[in-house]
Amino acid sequence: MNTTLIVHAGSESALSSHHAIWRPAAGLAAVMLVTCGLVYSGSVTGLAGLLFPQQATGSLVLVDGKAVGSALIAQPFSSDVYFHGRPSSVNTDPMSTGGSNLAPSNPALRDRVAAESAVLTERYQLAATELPIDLLASSGSGVDPHISPEAAALQLKRVAAARSIPSDLLNKLVEQQTEAPQWGIFGQPRVNVLLLNLALDKDFPLQQSGGSASAQ
Amino acid sequence: MDVMLILALALLLAWPLRAYMVGIFSGQKHWSDKVFGPVENGIFKVLGVKASAGMNWKSYGIAFLISNLVLGVIAFLLLMFQHVLPMNPDGIGPLSWDLALHTAVSFLTNTNQQHYSGQAQLSYLSQGFVIVTLQFVTPAMGLAVCLAVLRGLMGGRNSAEAAEGEERDLGNYYQDTVRAVLRLMLPLAAVVALLLASQGVPSSYQASPTVPVLEQGQSLTEQKIPLGPVAAMVAIKQLGTNGGGWYGPNSSNPLENPTPVANAIETIALVLIPIAIVFMAGGLLRQRGFARMSLAVMGFLSLLCVGAAIYSEQQPNVAFTGLAQQTGNMEGKEVRLGTDLSALWATLTTQTSNGSVNAMHDSLNPVAGLVTRSGMLINAIWGGIGCGFVNFIVYVWIAVFIAGLMIGRTPEIFGRKLEKTEISWLGVLLVLPSAVILTFTAITVAIPSITGNSNPGLHGIAQVFYEYTSAFANNGSGFEGLGDNTQWWNISCVIVLLLGRYLPLVIPLVIAGLLAKKRQIPVSNGTLPLHNLTFGVTLVTVILILNFLSFLPSMVLGPIGEALELTSIAGDLK
Repeated sequence: MNTTLIVHAGSESALSSHHAIWRPAAGLAAVMLVTCGLVYSGSVTGLAGLLFPQQATGSLVLVDGKAVGSALIAQPFSSDVYFHGRPSSVNTDPMSTGGSNLAPSNPALRDRVAAESAVLTERYQLAATELPIDLLASSGSGVDPHISPEAAALQLKRVAAARSIPSDLLNKLVEQQTEAPQWGIFGQPRVNVLLLNLALDKDFPLQQSGGSASAQ
Repeated sequence: MDVMLILALALLLAWPLRAYMVGIFSGQKHWSDKVFGPVENGIFKVLGVKASAGMNWKSYGIAFLISNLVLGVIAFLLLMFQHVLPMNPDGIGPLSWDLALHTAVSFLTNTNQQHYSGQAQLSYLSQGFVIVTLQFVTPAMGLAVCLAVLRGLMGGRNSAEAAEGEERDLGNYYQDTVRAVLRLMLPLAAVVALLLASQGVPSSYQASPTVPVLEQGQSLTEQKIPLGPVAAMVAIKQLGTNGGGWYGPNSSNPLENPTPVANAIETIALVLIPIAIVFMAGGLLRQRGFARMSLAVMGFLSLLCVGAAIYSEQQPNVAFTGLAQQTGNMEGKEVRLGTDLSALWATLTTQTSNGSVNAMHDSLNPVAGLVTRSGMLINAIWGGIGCGFVNFIVYVWIAVFIAGLMIGRTPEIFGRKLEKTEISWLGVLLVLPSAVILTFTAITVAIPSITGNSNPGLHGIAQVFYEYTSAFANNGSGFEGLGDNTQWWNISCVIVLLLGRYLPLVIPLVIAGLLAKKRQIPVSNGTLPLHNLTFGVTLVTVILILNFLSFLPSMVLGPIGEALELTSIAGDLK
């Protein structure tokens, strides 16, 4: 083998070994900033934008050409004419996403859940132990767009009554909007609340005055 | 079911990757030379290095440290002045000096602990240029050191012609690093990024659009949907055991991890290279049996933890007793993922020193909390890229030493004796984690005004312990309720990060360099075999006992105490 072995020994002149240490280090930083920071980031981002233009720009949902939200981001709903999403610790603001970060042992978590549980048992006339967990547990992101099919089923009667439409028609719509685990195996069955509510507005439009129906 | 499929896919993909990695790092001709050779030669010209020139352990170590220093200073300056630099369409302001320093060091050490909130505090330049670069280069540097250690174990590349005591060639640091980025990280990341983009991870340099919400008349009337070159970053965040996400809540954010398929891709990316390194080590060392033993030990501990974490999260959260259905713990988790995929991720991300999350670790049930901390403290079940397998070798050395004492022979590994100097260095590595983590935890807990925790009681101590453990293990996950963007937290974590990165990489390099120079003893009847069940069990025992001895008291104050506390709360509620 004709390889040379670099050994830092005292015999080398201070200047040349100095040079041999710093130049590659600075060069590596420069080359990598260009390769990874500019070439990689830029080309991958550009290519992804070309291949998947809708996904690459935030999966915006358009109604009549106007963006009404992102299919990936929960919106707040409180009126009886809409399905409601999960509790959010950040008021569903996508700029300040996050969870409650409350430990199971934290009394603040129990207090929060107890208050919300009381509201829901009153609203749906159910025993607390029958309330789907995802309507009480706040999500990790604070903008979880989904609820479980059970949580949608629970709200069905309320929404049907508020919109004066037959429950079975609404049930069909909810079933259409229920996503199975992806590719039949990954993840949980779920309902996207914003997409369901948009479909609701499209299939069963509110009368002009109906939009202000308030909770309870 | 989907958990098993994800793990099986990760193993299946790691196998062919192993062959590729052995090919590019063994120094022999490889088909990829045709593609990458010319580019690499250009880069080596810019760097002024001769790629074929080998380095001994000292030159290798110095090159590693100096290149880190230079990169760190550049990253700090770019972060510090992001508000006056280009690529900032959302007009994001400056970072405080301590936050900029913490961020630079955190990404330089392959930790990605974040005391800032991504989408709100960093510009596109800071995230897409500075951080993405560090996320590529730092795992490559870790891998380089790992390669040097492996070559040292075999007596160096010049072992055939060098005499006993002569300096050994552990490879060329710059060649290893550049190859790891160019031939391994970049192509994999590009593929993963495009796959993620197809699932809905944003990929755009446009300013973030603002849309009105459907139901007006509430406190929130419009939403700004934060965009950016997110997919490019998330890909390398997962692949490079980095963990620092684009958005604050990391991969629990549906923009960062939109679908269960995206989640499967990200989970596989998280363990892919760490698993492939185990296979690769077998190839480079020409010790298939040793690699099989390593895989068995890591796989056993990993699956044990995955099982425990999944069981833990399928149990109800005690705070919900009597207030909702008694199903799994969904606090801090996403509906599309559920409890199992969240528990799987939580386990793997802490074992691999990745630290990205897809559920909030603060709100995990205590058993999963224990699993996540154990993963970080052991830090060698898969482990971070390069550093994980180096840590594993350290455990092997210790196990060999202890086993040697038990059978009354001089401990040796692959025919080279571990003697006083090497054992002294190992001693330093042994006490280092507990000394650093426990000292800083004690100081911080003792002074309530600097603690900044969001939970009372035992969980408050657990939060502080978690933060320093995560920093030392270069993991980066956190109990995010901690108010950690303060000067105390930033600066103390910088110290812990540096100690946790450089000593556990450089000391093994020294040991490997010293070992390499020794005479190789031929295998005989008296040689301790490293590939059988007996040694595997010894190694698992050593790993567990060392960590029990160091951290059992703090675990009792943290998750174990909390579990007991919860049992009593649950009893009261019934």
